Amino acid sequence: MLEISGLNAWYGESHILHGVDLEVREGEVVTLLGRNGAGKTTTMKSIMGLVPRREGSVKFRGGETIRMMSNQIAHAGIAICPEERGIFGTLSVTENLKLPPVIAPGGLSVDEIYTLFPNLKERARTAHGTKLSGGEQQMLAIGRILRTGSKMLLLDEPTEGLAPVIVQQIGRTIREIKNRGFTVLLVEQNFRFAATVADRHYVMEHGKIVDMIPNQLLESSMDKLHEYLGV
Amino acid sequence: MIMIFGIPGPLLFGQLLLGLINGAFYAMLSLGLAVIFGMLNIINFAHGALFMMGSFAAWMLLNYVGIGYFPSLILAPLLVGIIGVVLEKLVISRLYKLDHLYGLLLTFGMSLVIEGLFRNGYGSSGLPYRIPDILQGAVNLGFMYMPIYRGWVVVAALVVCLATWAIIEKTSLGATLRAATENAPLVQAFGVNVPRLVTLTFGGGVALAAFAGVLAAPIYSVNPNMGDNFINTVFAVVVIGGMGSIMGSIISGFGLGVIEGLTKVFYPQASATVVFLVMVIILMVKPRGLFGKTA
Repeated sequence: MLEISGLNAWYGESHILHGVDLEVREGEVVTLLGRNGAGKTTTMKSIMGLVPRREGSVKFRGGETIRMMSNQIAHAGIAICPEERGIFGTLSVTENLKLPPVIAPGGLSVDEIYTLFPNLKERARTAHGTKLSGGEQQMLAIGRILRTGSKMLLLDEPTEGLAPVIVQQIGRTIREIKNRGFTVLLVEQNFRFAATVADRHYVMEHGKIVDMIPNQLLESSMDKLHEYLGV
Repeated sequence: MIMIFGIPGPLLFGQLLLGLINGAFYAMLSLGLAVIFGMLNIINFAHGALFMMGSFAAWMLLNYVGIGYFPSLILAPLLVGIIGVVLEKLVISRLYKLDHLYGLLLTFGMSLVIEGLFRNGYGSSGLPYRIPDILQGAVNLGFMYMPIYRGWVVVAALVVCLATWAIIEKTSLGATLRAATENAPLVQAFGVNVPRLVTLTFGGGVALAAFAGVLAAPIYSVNPNMGDNFINTVFAVVVIGGMGSIMGSIISGFGLGVIEGLTKVFYPQASATVVFLVMVIILMVKPRGLFGKTA
């Protein structure tokens, strides 16, 4: 579904990604693990066309997207839940939820999103999206891209800074959307959480993919993983 | 004759009405500036020139094509708005990555060029534009005579201002605009063509200025410098209301018009400076303006 090869990315003079190769197959949940600064978020932004300069190849459903603008990539069917959630303070909760345009049929309805995240329904009338708690903002950030009909979701650290009970709820949500046929590329710092949702894990170091570990081999690869992540 | 604070009633109300009318223009112009600043981050010094073009467009439509006042209220903003879209696409869009100052310089230069062109073609003495028949005359309100056209200007300006506010605060298009003001790259990554939205926003702000220009045509003579009289005050209004705030622009526009009018009655010498005095005081108390967002 998503095939990335030789992806390079720059912010101004600094060269962040040095030839990333990875693949996400339809219906999979795949994580990107790695230390801070390894290039995980830049990889997500590069897929979405949100970096100033990128080269290489990002194929989505067989079509090359490397020369596309980010709005065209969105219309091709990729949606992002960005780092730090990207909730808009000048928009109400409902406006935040309905902001991303629907690009294809088959997305969740607002009611289905409320079933998935009952808290959001209670807070729907909140006038400023940023008045929600961190967990609620995260649910809103995930919920709003489920509406769009995009089947490929990029989730950038959805559990960062959240209480364990909320992290569990996000985990249930990711498994639920996988069951509904969504494909997910997930950036995670916490591999224990990643192990509960993912099929495969890519490990990043210094702007490159250095390893790929299928989830069933995660336990036996613990030593290697500890070394990669420095935990 | 009724006296209020030692001032004859008709004089007081007359100046109050004049203040409201000026306030109506301040509000419409600062609204356009606020919308453009919020979305484009450009301080549009050409706004006065575009207001003037609205007036001229109405005059040209009448004298060259025979199209009257009411159709011009729609057509002139449309035409000038299209010119605004072209200007944004050709020139202004090249400045978004640069400092504010460049946008200010560019639009200031644009306004000089536009005004110069009109001065070349039409002189600077001003052209008359007749009040449409149906809005001729005055009504007796009991405490004063009100020229019907002036009442119409205040009502039309209020309606346009509130409609603009409603579009921005209450519709999904407005929500997209507000979101793009906050974080344009993310809105674009959701699939919105943000550059096109920016162009249309500029066109909309320009159309508002041109609409004000058409309303102004029968009151002030249509001349190349008519925007200059307003634009300095309008910038003060925008600052007082809070840069980029929609409701702030409307309220402080009308409010400052009235304050200016009252100053003309009680202390005429200060009428030209009172707006800036208010600006200084407001900025001392609230540095981001009355309705400015705190960081």
